[in-house]
Amino acid sequence: MASTLLRTSPVIRGALRASGAIKPAVGIASTTFVRGKATLPDLKYDYGALEPHISGKIMELHHKKHHQTYVTGLNTALETIAEAESKGDFTKAASVAPLLNFHGGGHLNHSLFWENLAPASREGGGEPSGVLKTAINEDFGSFDTFRKQMNTALAGIQGSGWAWLVKDKQSGTLGLVTRANQDPVTGQYVPLLGIDAWEHAYYLQYENRKAEYFEAIWNVINWKTVGSRFEKA
Amino acid sequence: MVNLGTLVQYLALQGGPQQQQQQILSGDQFNMSLITETTYTLPSLPYAYDALEPHISSQIMTLHHDKHHQAYVDGLNAALKGLVAAVKANDLPAQIALQPRIRFHGGGHINHALFWANLAPAGSEETNADKVAGGLVSAIEGVWGSMEGFRKEFGAALVGIQGSGWGWLVKDGQTLKIVTTKDQDPIVGGEVPIFGVDMWEHAYYLQYLNVKAKYVENIWNVINWKTAEERFLGERDDVFEALRAALKF
Ligand SMILES: [Fe+2]
Ligand SMILES: [Fe+2]
Repeated sequence: MASTLLRTSPVIRGALRASGAIKPAVGIASTTFVRGKATLPDLKYDYGALEPHISGKIMELHHKKHHQTYVTGLNTALETIAEAESKGDFTKAASVAPLLNFHGGGHLNHSLFWENLAPASREGGGEPSGVLKTAINEDFGSFDTFRKQMNTALAGIQGSGWAWLVKDKQSGTLGLVTRANQDPVTGQYVPLLGIDAWEHAYYLQYENRKAEYFEAIWNVINWKTVGSRFEKA
Repeated sequence: MVNLGTLVQYLALQGGPQQQQQQILSGDQFNMSLITETTYTLPSLPYAYDALEPHISSQIMTLHHDKHHQAYVDGLNAALKGLVAAVKANDLPAQIALQPRIRFHGGGHINHALFWANLAPAGSEETNADKVAGGLVSAIEGVWGSMEGFRKEFGAALVGIQGSGWGWLVKDGQTLKIVTTKDQDPIVGGEVPIFGVDMWEHAYYLQYLNVKAKYVENIWNVINWKTAEERFLGERDDVFEALRAALKF
C-alpha cells in the first residue's frame, strides 16, 4: 500500500544512507535534456476573435493556462524519462508513460484544435468544400448528417474528452472517434477536426449547457485547415 | 421503490471483483425484479446553496446540484426504464448495451449524494475533526502519521487525476485507503466510502478556474467529519442506509 511505503521509506533511506549504499546522484547536467523541448504555440487569432461563440476569457485561460500546463507537463515527463534512461532505470522511465500520454496528448490535441478554429468573420464557419465536401457527402450522406453525428458523439462523452473527424488510413474513408481525457488520435486514424469536450472548454460561458457549445462551435470551424489536413492525409 | 443500496449492489455486479460478484450472486441479495418501476429523485441539499461560501460559491452549488446532479438522476431513470423493458423482452444484448449508461448516471447519482452529505458549512461543529471524528482521526494518524500528512497525500491524489473523476477516502477491511476513480465510476468494490471530493471541472471552475490546487486546499474547510466518522464506524450498508434516511431517498 502506498501509504505504508511512504511511511517506511524515509526509514529505509536513512538506513541505506548510514550503510553507505546510496551514493549521491551523479551530476547529470539537466541541460542535456533541453533539446527538443515543447513550447506553447501562438494562436493565429486574438483571444476575443471567436466571440460570441467562444468567449475571450475562455480562450485566454484555455491557451495560456491549460495548454501551457500540458506543455510544461510534457517537458517534465520527457526530462524524467531521459534522466531515467541515462541511468539505465527503465522501470522508472516506463512508469512515466501515463504522464507522457496525458500531457503529450494534451499538447498535441490543443495544437490541432487551435488551428482547426478560426473567427467567424474570417475562415470560420460555413461548410467544407472541394474533395473534403465530396468525401463527407459520400461517407456520412450529407454535411448535416455528419454534424449531427459529431454532436451526438460529443454529447455522449462520459467525462472529459474529445471528438474527432478522422481519416482511416486503411480504408481511406472518413469516420468519427471519441477519445477519453487527452488520449491522442494515433494508429490508423489521421485527425482532421477535433473538438474539445472538457468542461474548461465551455463552462465559463455555457455552464452545464454543453449542447449549446457544441452547436455554437460550428460557427468557428476552419474548414480550410480541415480540408488541407484531409488532402495531406 | 428500490433503495440506493440496491443500485449499489447492481453496479457492483458489473464492476466489482470476481469474489464480490460471487457473494452477491450466491447470497441472492440482488434480484433483477427489484429494478422494476424504479424512479430516483434528486435529494435536497442538507444545507443552503450559499452555506459553503466562500470556499464553494453559491453559483457552483446551485448549478452542481440543480443541473448536474439532476441530469444524472434523469439519465439513470431513463436508462433503468430501458433496462426494465429489455429484461421484460428478454433482450440480453440491449441489457448489456445499457450498462455503461447505468454505471455512468447511477454512479453520478451515488457519488453526488455521498458528496453533499460529506460537506458542511465552514466553522460548524461538523467540520471540527478533532471534536467529532476521534476514531477516524486516530485511524488516519495510524496510517499517514498525521492529519497533515494525510491531507497532503489526499490532495496530491486529487490534483493528479487526469480528466474528470473523484478522490475518496475509503475503509477497506480494517485499513484506510485513498482511491481515485474516473468519470462517475462509483465505489462499489466493497469498500466503505468515508468521504469523496468531486474533481470534475464543473465542481470548481466558475470560482477557481484552472487553479484546482486552490479548490483542493479549500475543500478541507467544508469536510463534514461527523458524517465521515459515522461512515467510518459503520459498515458499507449502513452508509447507504444513513444516506437514504438523511436525504429522503
Ligand atoms: Fe482543453
Ligand atoms: Fe459533480
